Amino acid sequence: MATGAVESLPVTYNYKVVRQFAVMTVFWGIVGMGIGVWIAAQLAWPALNFDLPWTSFGRLRPLHTNAVIFAFGGSALFATSYYVVQRTCQARLMSDRLAAFTFWGWQAVIVAAAITLPMGLTSSKEYAELEWPIDILLAIVWITYAIVFFGTIMRRQVEHIYVANWFFGAFIVTVSILHVVNSAALPVTMTKSYSAYAGAVDAMVQWWYGHNAVGFFLTAGFLGMMYYFVPKQAERPVYSYRLSIVHFWALISIYIWAGPHHLHYTALPDWAQSLGMVMSLILLAPSWGGMINGIMTLSGAWDKLKDDPILRFLVVSLSFYGMSTFEGPMMAIKTVNSLSHYTDWTIGHVHSGALGWVAMISIGSLYHLFPKLFGKEQMYSVALINLHFWMSTIGTVLYIASMWVNGIMQGLMWRAYNEDGTLTYTFVESVVASHPGYIVRMIGGLIFFTGMLVMAYNVWMTTRRDVAVSITQPETVVATV
Amino acid sequence: MSNFWSGWIILLTSAQLVAALWILLGNRKKPTREIKTTGHRYDGLEELDTPLPTWWVYMFVSTIVWSVGYLILYPGMGNYQGLLGWTSIDQYEVRVAEADEQYRAMRDRYLAMPVEEIAFEPKVRKMGRRLFGNNCAQCHGSDAYGAHGFPNLADDDWLYGGTPEAIKATLIHGRQAAMPAWQAILGDSGIEEATQYVLSLNAREADSGKAAKGAQHFQAYCAACHGADGKGNQLMGAPNLTNGIWLYGGTADQIAHTLRNGRNGKMPAFSDTLTEDKIHILTAWVYGLGRSSSTTATAANL
Repeated sequence: MATGAVESLPVTYNYKVVRQFAVMTVFWGIVGMGIGVWIAAQLAWPALNFDLPWTSFGRLRPLHTNAVIFAFGGSALFATSYYVVQRTCQARLMSDRLAAFTFWGWQAVIVAAAITLPMGLTSSKEYAELEWPIDILLAIVWITYAIVFFGTIMRRQVEHIYVANWFFGAFIVTVSILHVVNSAALPVTMTKSYSAYAGAVDAMVQWWYGHNAVGFFLTAGFLGMMYYFVPKQAERPVYSYRLSIVHFWALISIYIWAGPHHLHYTALPDWAQSLGMVMSLILLAPSWGGMINGIMTLSGAWDKLKDDPILRFLVVSLSFYGMSTFEGPMMAIKTVNSLSHYTDWTIGHVHSGALGWVAMISIGSLYHLFPKLFGKEQMYSVALINLHFWMSTIGTVLYIASMWVNGIMQGLMWRAYNEDGTLTYTFVESVVASHPGYIVRMIGGLIFFTGMLVMAYNVWMTTRRDVAVSITQPETVVATV
Repeated sequence: MSNFWSGWIILLTSAQLVAALWILLGNRKKPTREIKTTGHRYDGLEELDTPLPTWWVYMFVSTIVWSVGYLILYPGMGNYQGLLGWTSIDQYEVRVAEADEQYRAMRDRYLAMPVEEIAFEPKVRKMGRRLFGNNCAQCHGSDAYGAHGFPNLADDDWLYGGTPEAIKATLIHGRQAAMPAWQAILGDSGIEEATQYVLSLNAREADSGKAAKGAQHFQAYCAACHGADGKGNQLMGAPNLTNGIWLYGGTADQIAHTLRNGRNGKMPAFSDTLTEDKIHILTAWVYGLGRSSSTTATAANL
């Protein structure tokens, strides 16, 4: 590690693996969101499951969640973390071969998921449905990822570790622990296993995993992305280093407690439910710390929003992040949860985070990244980025709004009772009443999905442009491909 | 939970709350006129040393204060029960008891009245309709007209009897039908012949030669439950095979399928799910459906 003054060192970066992951992010985004639109349409028009087991909602839904979280989101995280850790440490990835292994290994896990989930092979744990042989491969890939990432940090040419890498590091370490502990199972055959836990303990381990998949995979990892691409695109210093420190430690230590709010009013003991609820509430401020630090980084550069759609993506994603991290603690309160739980409100909440925050911060970062990875000055069409921005925003808003309406309506219908003590509505009446909302949600998702196609076209045209433009060099480093 | 684990939970929770406050308050700094960068520089990126936003610090502290208050009042800290003595099971039981108290008078009034008397009372029909919609419609359909394998409750054909006592017994104890599979005994030709006979019982087009042989099979194997004339037996839940009403479909293929593989229709027992008064009201509602087809229009009573 260098001390003090930065010297000129002939370092080259490994952009190949970054490029591979970046391209696959767009590809898996299209696949995962396409399946999402399909199953959203199934809820409005059930005949679209074609009466086939492989295309039924119960099998395609986990395929959708795995494809968008782990294939799309995971590839985006690999791409950006490998890019950011090299640039901010001014060091090449520790090992090109191990990095290549993480790329092919990760793609193999995704393909295995795409084959086994429609076949109905599932551990039945939400967001951890993959059966044990795939889980083992996933664990090996993930540990290799940790070795590459932290190995690169150890080879850094700068004294300090940049804040983005704190978040990437916390995300990598915690996800490996979550995955190994929650997926512990006793195999019976190659395609069947039983969880190592039983009853309420199994439920608690599952939601300790499940909520931290949100907290570390979908929040900490993407905050790492935010901390590099927002100041980079805005060309402004990060708003507050102190805020980074406080909200980082608070966020990663408190998130790990929040899982029990998925199990309010269940067989989980009251004390565990209460702790999950209060820690979820305390999580509000640490979560907002990231939003403040991102948005306030634009101080003095607000005018850039007028003509930079990439910056718009990044800033609007932070707004959705702030909104859903307010909504989350609120929904964790037992009295609110007794209305919202098991309704479409939960689905809407997840998607305000997944579409508004995770997807939009990734898309913005990728638009920043692609020209640099392919040696171009900028994307093929800024107008198409702008079009994509509006499609993403409108799609997300339609999705969230329809699920708010549906969710609150369902919660109220299910609890309404008559003067004689009988329930006012039957379940099927709440399904019928939800139909218009399901159609609006499908339209919102379709618009968001079509935006991904616009992106794919824009990326394709960017790579094809003949005019090679010299890429901006980092201050001390020669970037090669 | 043992005192050790209770103490462990209290220790970890307290440590988390104290640590959060410590890192928050330890990083407060008075705002200065000029905000400098930290001096770190990464790939052209710099960081300002802006003080924490005051409103944010207050928000953070207030959520912690609120949580400490909550953990004093409610269970959370291991075995400590909280000052309010609240538990979720108590909350549930208290609300159930309140509801019981509120509806007791009405419930006792209807329980004391015979089914026949309350079956057409508008209030009972309304309550029965809601109870049916949330407990029975999943199988019997929102209109009570049934579905494949689930009997129509709005007609006058009853598998186990349509008297108030029979309907109530069905609701309380459930029913388990047991039609054996006849493939091994009758063979392919025997199944075909019995099928033709069952068709002929309904005055439907049938191969008379096969039906004649089928009649012999019927008397040997089927009459014990379905009766010599095929009109069924409500004591055993054996359906009437002569009235054109089919629980599992009335095409030749469907009849043959039933003969070949048998049927094991199941109605669950509701004695653990619904209270006595609700079962009484549901009985009256279903009874009213059966009766209504000859008196008033069925739809009006739904």
